[in-house]
Amino acid sequence: MLRCKEVTHLLSEAQDRELSVTEKLPLRMHLLICQGCRNFKQQMTFLREASRSYVTDRKDTEK
Amino acid sequence: MGSETVTPPTIDDAFLAGLRSDMLRFAQLQLRDAAAAEDAVQEALVGALSNAKGFAGRSEVKTWVFTILRNKIVDHIRLQSRTTNVSSLSPDEASLDEAFDTLFKTNAHWTPQARPRDWGNPEAALRQQDFWHVFEACLSHLPDNTARVFMMREFLDFETPEVCKELGITVSNCNVILHRARNALRRCLERGWFAAGEPAC
Repeated sequence: MLRCKEVTHLLSEAQDRELSVTEKLPLRMHLLICQGCRNFKQQMTFLREASRSYVTDRKDTEK
Repeated sequence: MGSETVTPPTIDDAFLAGLRSDMLRFAQLQLRDAAAAEDAVQEALVGALSNAKGFAGRSEVKTWVFTILRNKIVDHIRLQSRTTNVSSLSPDEASLDEAFDTLFKTNAHWTPQARPRDWGNPEAALRQQDFWHVFEACLSHLPDNTARVFMMREFLDFETPEVCKELGITVSNCNVILHRARNALRRCLERGWFAAGEPAC
């Protein structure tokens, strides 16, 4: 059973590479039952999105 | 379409001054060295504006100079990486790792108070100018090497293996650094923005 601490590493790496099947399944199981890690995942996704906006949208438009 | 009647805003001194200060902030965040940031911006401006006459408007110029600036920043990072050891752990980085460990109970699950919160609809923040001040402040609080790896990955569009190669570190080290950066940033944003508006009780 995955623990939250390991899950944070997997969720970070998921931003950088495709996770393997043997990583994905336990991760999904964990996320089903763990609100904290679901929130962490949402936050990782948001960081990526914010970084993208920071370099593109914001630089392309007048403030 | 009748678009000929709309004159694009001119590329005047005020526009250039504003552009330059945006570029400097962007370069400084990543290079963490005022002189190097100044050089990168100068090189990018000279390179870009030598053919700025061909551009229709401000946003086009802005996009173009930032593209050039990115390349200049990458050049400077390559130079910096020859003289810095990215894989060595600084005291700042060690203390971030200690802070991370305190978020968990001994069984490696979140402590109740450290459990990541639901940020609701965080995309709404992207449209608020104040959010970007918090975002920049959080980035500048990151230790130098942590920040550099994160920004190469997220701002300069390097794939993770390329970041490692450029900086001469292993993939697993790269993963550790990116995890450290992301965790520090999410905690900083949570404190500085997403939890800041919540009622005290």
